[in-house]
Amino acid sequence: MIPAGSSAPEFTLKRGDGSDFTSADLEGQTTVLVFYPFAFSPVCTDQLNLYEEVLEDFRAKGATLYGVSCDATYSQTAFAEKLGVTIEQLSDFEPKGAVCRAFDAYHEGGFAQRALAVIGPDKVVRWSYQAPSPGDLPGANLIFDALES
Amino acid sequence: MSELGSAPVPEPDDGDHRRGGWPGSDSPIVIAYADFECPYCAAQEQRLRELAIEVVFRHFPVRSSHPRAWPAAGAAEAAGCEGRFWEMHDLLFGDQARLEDPHLWARAQTLGLDLERFDADRRSDEVRDRITRDFRSGVRAGVVTTPTLFAWVDGRPEPVDLTELERRLGGG
Repeated sequence: MIPAGSSAPEFTLKRGDGSDFTSADLEGQTTVLVFYPFAFSPVCTDQLNLYEEVLEDFRAKGATLYGVSCDATYSQTAFAEKLGVTIEQLSDFEPKGAVCRAFDAYHEGGFAQRALAVIGPDKVVRWSYQAPSPGDLPGANLIFDALES
Repeated sequence: MSELGSAPVPEPDDGDHRRGGWPGSDSPIVIAYADFECPYCAAQEQRLRELAIEVVFRHFPVRSSHPRAWPAAGAAEAAGCEGRFWEMHDLLFGDQARLEDPHLWARAQTLGLDLERFDADRRSDEVRDRITRDFRSGVRAGVVTTPTLFAWVDGRPEPVDLTELERRLGGG
């Protein structure tokens, strides 16, 4: 996973409406990229559900969360709607995993690692974390530790 | 809004819902973060009752996972306001398919609660704050899903697996 202190790489992800979310969109806000392996998989489901539950706390810290996976936007949209979560999803579908690779968060099995990156308004990575395995769910407390430090 | 950075599981105290164990005994203390709509929590509950331990129950409702977990938690706390938390706890886990409001009222009636008070209490700020306090303590301790158990050992919390706990205590 890209280490803290690094500048965020240039990248383009797809929003649910098909428009681009690029590295330029990181400017001026504190961004938390939540890389997750697969829409609808059990741990990813628990992860987004948990972070959604404390979304107001993230907002109070000035942080905006985005979910990032290699799923197509349609899959991500269906996933978010099924869960009832409002965390915006960004797709790294095509070229597959390009942004995950840029953040060094791509699993050779063909999916995003379970990883987190807190990026400051200056587009510098303030904190990053990769779970020991894709099946491990990082607690929300870890993100708050990074935001509060 | 309190902070959500990492903090240890809070030590059990008189403000917690506690059951089992015997005064003056060395019954192990187990803290359970759970929600009333979680089927794994219901299964765990059955297994915990077979063990000679003191259980501390803390709410960990996640709305997008279990939409009725919060109302059920409110019902349990409201029953607790009339001294009947554990009875309501058992009734809720006993039938997780019936957690809509009429079912909660029916349980309150079964327990002989003051229904007007029950309905007011379960929607009160005090009850909401109580559930929120439990939930946030879990988040701070790294709880990510339910059920999650901690054993209170030598004044410190330790994550514990139920099967391992059963093996250690000779139960299950």
